[in-house]
Amino acid sequence: MLKLEIDKLAKWFGPRKIFEDINLNLEFGQSAAIIGPNGSGKTTLLRLIMGLSYPTSGNIIFSENGNKLDFEQYRKKMALVSPYLSLYDALTGFENLQFFAKVDGRLKSRDEFESLLNKVGLAGRGDDFVGAYSTGMKQRLKYAVALLKEPTIFLIDEPSANLDESGKQIVWELIRSRKENSILIIATNEKEEYSLAEQFCKLGS
Amino acid sequence: MPSSSVSWAAKVFAVTRKDIMAEFRTRYAINSILMFALVTLTVISVALGISTPDSDLMAALFWVILFFAAMSGLAQIFIREEESGTALILKLSTDGLVIFFGKLIFNLLLLAILSILIVPLFIILLKVNPQNWTIFLIGLVLGDIGLAGATTIIAAIVAKATVKGTLFTVLSFPILLPLLLAVIEITKVAFGGGGFGDISLSLQVLIPYDVVMITISVMLFDFVWRQ
Repeated sequence: MLKLEIDKLAKWFGPRKIFEDINLNLEFGQSAAIIGPNGSGKTTLLRLIMGLSYPTSGNIIFSENGNKLDFEQYRKKMALVSPYLSLYDALTGFENLQFFAKVDGRLKSRDEFESLLNKVGLAGRGDDFVGAYSTGMKQRLKYAVALLKEPTIFLIDEPSANLDESGKQIVWELIRSRKENSILIIATNEKEEYSLAEQFCKLGS
Repeated sequence: MPSSSVSWAAKVFAVTRKDIMAEFRTRYAINSILMFALVTLTVISVALGISTPDSDLMAALFWVILFFAAMSGLAQIFIREEESGTALILKLSTDGLVIFFGKLIFNLLLLAILSILIVPLFIILLKVNPQNWTIFLIGLVLGDIGLAGATTIIAAIVAKATVKGTLFTVLSFPILLPLLLAVIEITKVAFGGGGFGDISLSLQVLIPYDVVMITISVMLFDFVWRQ
């Protein structure tokens, strides 16, 4: 059983406190929403969970069947979708999918990529350069790249950022479908999004 | 297919291939490297006129051109990932060593292209001809490996800094100094027509330098890359 335990987590940037005493326990199949005003540290908390930044104090532990996972072990299970994450503009949608599949150790066919693009509403746009995509299309492609990994730890920062109404519906449906097959953490202030989660981590209060 | 179906080497080459495709389409690094090399060679050629300096000076000039041309482009390999915001997804997509070796191979290819272009131009414009081609090529290959090894890890270190270009050259110079002294010595022997006996001391510096630099880079890279 995959678990995430966040215990008395605190983060300071110099003299400025971002947050402290954050506690969160999630098991496989459970989800949490990180909510709070702008600048309250939602993205910082996600970076800490990703293992790409260190907390000032406290612990973040991923474990599976009681065994603590190191960065390399939980990285393989993890996917992130976020507005500040970028894909390769100089590559096409297919080439991006192909690259991220390959470096993750997955050999997938063009049909599988096509089906992923269909799922996120980008059917027929796989041969276009990502640099020519709109911000909404780029956001959709990020979901396709994340789904390639079949993540069991799924982090989403502002899930519907830059998306139109149909994009939002696709993403919310995707979140519902992934909830039972992963530890899902959403950082958002949108009611439609945080209401999809079972636990809440409120920052900036 | 299961994840084990892609070998570690295939992942490394996927990183190199992605960088080659991106470079071919944007010409982010190759243009600055080649332009720097061409301009410097032309300026030196015009400045020297019809005079033919001795092999000591020619060897130094050759590596000065190669060093600064490399400095103008090799750092782009990580700076581009940071500036375009793709570093984050790359960090989460594969392990650090795959990225390091993928980028190292890409930098080696860039240096190989640079060397292939510079060598004939240097010979034609500066009217110098290596008397011992074997020694010249040994120095060039080992020099390029050391240059790529050192600059790849330094590029990863400076990629997050504000003044990347300056910092890259300033950090690289002291680290690359032993390499430059050794390859200049080897190139000097090659231009002057010496034998292998004359370069044994330089090879004793150069070969361990390349091995140590790549080993240290492998050990440090994960820490540098994840920060």
